[in-house]
Formats: sequence, C-alpha cells, structure tokens
Amino acid sequence: MIAMNYRGPYRVRADRNAPMPEIKHPEDAIVRVLRSCICGSDLHLYHGLVPDTRVGSTFGHEFIGEVVEVGSSIQNLKVGDRVMVPFNIACGRCAFCRQELYGNCHESNPEATAVGGIFGYSHTAGGYAGGQAEFVRVPYADVGPTIIPDWMDPDDAALLTDVVPTGYQAAEMGGIQTGDTVVVFGAGPIGIMAAKCAWLFGAGRVIIIDHLEYRLEFAARYAQCEAYNFKSIGDPVVFLKTQTDSLGADVCIDAVGCEAAGNFMNSLLGRWMMLQGGSTTALHWAINGVKKGGIVSIVGVYGPINALLPIGNVLNKGITIRANQASVKRLLPRLIEHVKNGVLDPKGIITHRIPLEEVAEGYHIFSSKLDNCIKPILIPHHGRSNQKQTL
Amino acid sequence: MITDETRPEDFKNIRNLRFDHIKGWGIDADTKNDPTYPMKSRTDEEQEGYSWDRPELQQEDVEILKSVERPNLTAVFGTTAPPQGVSGDLRRMAFKDSDSSYGRWLPLVLADRIGMFEGIADDLKKGHVPNLFNEFGLGAEWKYNKKGFILKAAVGTAVVVGLVALIASRSKKKTARL
Repeated sequence: MIAMNYRGPYRVRADRNAPMPEIKHPEDAIVRVLRSCICGSDLHLYHGLVPDTRVGSTFGHEFIGEVVEVGSSIQNLKVGDRVMVPFNIACGRCAFCRQELYGNCHESNPEATAVGGIFGYSHTAGGYAGGQAEFVRVPYADVGPTIIPDWMDPDDAALLTDVVPTGYQAAEMGGIQTGDTVVVFGAGPIGIMAAKCAWLFGAGRVIIIDHLEYRLEFAARYAQCEAYNFKSIGDPVVFLKTQTDSLGADVCIDAVGCEAAGNFMNSLLGRWMMLQGGSTTALHWAINGVKKGGIVSIVGVYGPINALLPIGNVLNKGITIRANQASVKRLLPRLIEHVKNGVLDPKGIITHRIPLEEVAEGYHIFSSKLDNCIKPILIPHHGRSNQKQTL
Repeated sequence: MITDETRPEDFKNIRNLRFDHIKGWGIDADTKNDPTYPMKSRTDEEQEGYSWDRPELQQEDVEILKSVERPNLTAVFGTTAPPQGVSGDLRRMAFKDSDSSYGRWLPLVLADRIGMFEGIADDLKKGHVPNLFNEFGLGAEWKYNKKGFILKAAVGTAVVVGLVALIASRSKKKTARL
C-alpha cells in the first residue's frame, strides 16, 4: 500500500511498498482511509521538533475511512461502515476515559505518561502508524470511531476528527461569558476554528493575531472576527491593553504552540537549539495580555521539556490556565449537530486537496505557507472516487 | 547511584482513609468547585483510588520502550519503527530516565538525527537512492515560489562549493607540509 514515510526533518515521501497494517489486538479494526488531513501539529513532527520521531514513521491523526476488517471483540462496527476516527486513541474504561478525558487515556501510550496515544504522532505518543496512508490500524475501534451520517460531506467529517473539536474545546476551556473579549493567538486552522467557536459561547468581541496577512484576511472572513498583524501593531500586549480599557482581554487562547515567531530568544532556544519545549512567545503574550483573574486556554502543542514562561505574572494576576488535548469523542455529538444545522462549516477552511502520492509537496506547501495554504487534505486513490458524493 | 529505573511493584499508593483525627476535615468541600468542569465528568473516585478492569493486553511482538513512570505497558501500543542501530541504543538509554528529565528527551532528539543518517544508509543498502528533490517537496517550491527556489538553490550551491573549496585547500596544505 501507499503510505507517507518520514525520512528526517523536512523530508518525507510516499512509500509505495509500505506493509499492510494487521489486527494486533481483539479491539482493533483496519480502516481504508478516504481522507487524511495534514495538521499544523504534523509540521512540528515534519520539522523534527518532537522527540522520538523515528525515521520510517507514518504521520496522520485527522482521518476518515471505511472499515475493512475488525478484531474478534468488536461489537459496534462492521466491515463497510464509514467512520470518522478521533485523533485520540482511548480505551473508554480507564479512570480518565470514564471522566470523558479521552485525550488522556492511560491505556494507550506506554512510552510517555503525560500524553495519551495519538495516531501517527511519534513514539512519544505511542508509536502508532498514522492515517496518511491507504490503510491504518485503529485500536479500541469500539470506542473512538463514529459512523459518518449519510448527509455529511466527507471533507466535513475529516475535519471533525481534530481541527473542529480542538478549536471548539479551546473556546470551551476559555470559560467564555456573554460579552467577553476573546483573543486568539495564531490564525492557523485551529486558531481560526477557535475564533469561530468563541462566538458560540457568547463572546462579545473576538480578536485574532498572527503575522501572515493572507491568513488574517481568511480568518476575518471565515470567523467574522477582528484580525491584526503583530508585525504592524507594536507590542501585542500593549496593543491588547489599548483595546480593552487597559485591563486586558477576558480570555486569551494560545493556538500557536511550539513554533511561535515574534521573539528571538524564544525562537533561538525553542525552535533552533531545541533546549526548551518550543518557542513560548504566543503563550507569553497570552499571559501578559489577559486581564487579572482572566483565563488562558492552551491548545497549541509544546514539547515535553521546560519552557520559558512569565509564571510570576500568572500568580500575581490570578490567571487560570486551562489546557488539554481535545476530547474528540466527548464533543462529536454536539459538533455533528452544529454541522447539520449549518452553525459550523468545517470544509470551508480546506484550501488544498492533494493526492496521497504527492504527500511531500503537500507538506512543503503547508510548511512554507505557499499558495495561501490554510488547510491541506490528502486523498488516497480510493478516496478520490468518492470525492464528490456524500458518504 | 540514584536511578529512575522502576519495577512494577514500586508503584503503590498507601492510603489512609480515616481523617477523624483532623479537626474540620472536609467541612468546606465543594465538588462543584472544579476548574476542569465541563471538560470532565466527575466520578468522585479520587478518595478510594482509581481502578479499572484492564482491556485485554496486546502481545509484545516488537521491542517497546516503556516510561519508568508506569508499572507496565499500556493494553495497546504502536509497533512501528522499533529501536535499532546506534539510534536504538540511544533511545534505550534515554528511557532509563523519567519523562520529566532532560536525560530522557535530549538523547531522543540526538537519536532522531542519527536515525536520519541510518535511514539513508538503509535506503542505499536496499539499492534505493533517495530522491531528495521530491522528498523535500521542492517541486512545489518551484511551482509556487520560483524566486525563493532560485535563491535557496543559489545559497545551497554556494555553501557546497565553499565547503568543497575549504576541504580542498586544507588537504593541499597538509600534502605540502608532508
């Protein structure tokens, strides 16, 4: 089969002789992939920033597909079902899954305790092959995978496996109250979705900050929010104070993570020398730009080691920090309803549909922000025959 | 020597469920005062200790490196790219340290970089010469950013030519000294 194959930083290829996945556990299923996105967080792997990303790995944690084989214990799925597969691998019965913290499952990642298992996200997240392939092994297939409704567009379904729930949970964790001013750092797909979802919680004003003009224009249009380029507003924290009666925003959302631009020291230590768990510039601005007693919500991905943060200001301002990997399974029923009712239009952020065989170009386009790329989606050969019809 | 290496029997929570010797224990407890709500459902298991019936255990048919912060492997795990070669040895060493240690993560980053060269050697051993132009996705750079492509190509060529010239001049000096 064809599968994306990581060869080192900035180097991937479509391997035409990748081995077919096998059932390894009675609760596994094998899924034929119909759509698989490249996520902004895949770029952290692609750039070599996530420790224990081994050569030969296949990335991809946002995908949908058709079940072609099930393990002996599977009861809720059958061959032929078309499913969206949450990026979290969750057992459904450990203490954390029972609390609906499906992103924190304790039975899916033996290699690190801070993060649950994630498809195609290095051995730090369990060493699973990802969905940027024609077929993929899906553990705990009775728990995460959700049948795609007949009416749903496959592109919408693919985006419901990560980007929409993550953006939604970013806003949810912000504890947004009616009329709140919400600032989102990062106008990538997650930031745009977080800005869009902030309105659903009653935000009074939504501001998004980035440095890429084409993304800011897109965000302003798609999420109907204010958009500012941090390269033209001076110090972003001072700018936010000027916009909020000098007090700061009610809620700040970090949707950037470890590759934030805007501060030389952070970039040097976090991105180039890898001596801290990423560049924390966006988080720094979020902490300093939020009001006293405000909430900072983090969905940007950082590495596992220490990072520079103005933690004294967290204490002195009484800030609540809320963060987690999105609990996709918990959120899916609500988000499916939002798509059905036209409240959310996930596929509206897709800008590039790329054949799986051209995965290397797809990564380069997304990484280098070429051709005004917002969100690329990879389509294997058998997904292309389904491109126009709903599933 | 202090080591992070652990055995399954090292993981124990010895709980004392009696608090009657503490005056006022729990009088202001408020389960609703939970900043993680509504991100989690409360199960109120914190007091008695968490436990669950583990799923059937996946068979370990390739080498899996386990965090020392866990007593055992998780019930399922990925089996891609097991550790091998020099990078594998480094990874085995790194996993002797805890997840909260630099000794765990920095060697893994080094192992990743060594793995990149091992990958090239492995390709060549199999008779496959990597197509670096394609693997770096440079076709897209040419298609969408010709100016950048030419600039990068020029800088790359200059660096390579400079390095070759430097090495050549050093080896000439060495030969002259002999």
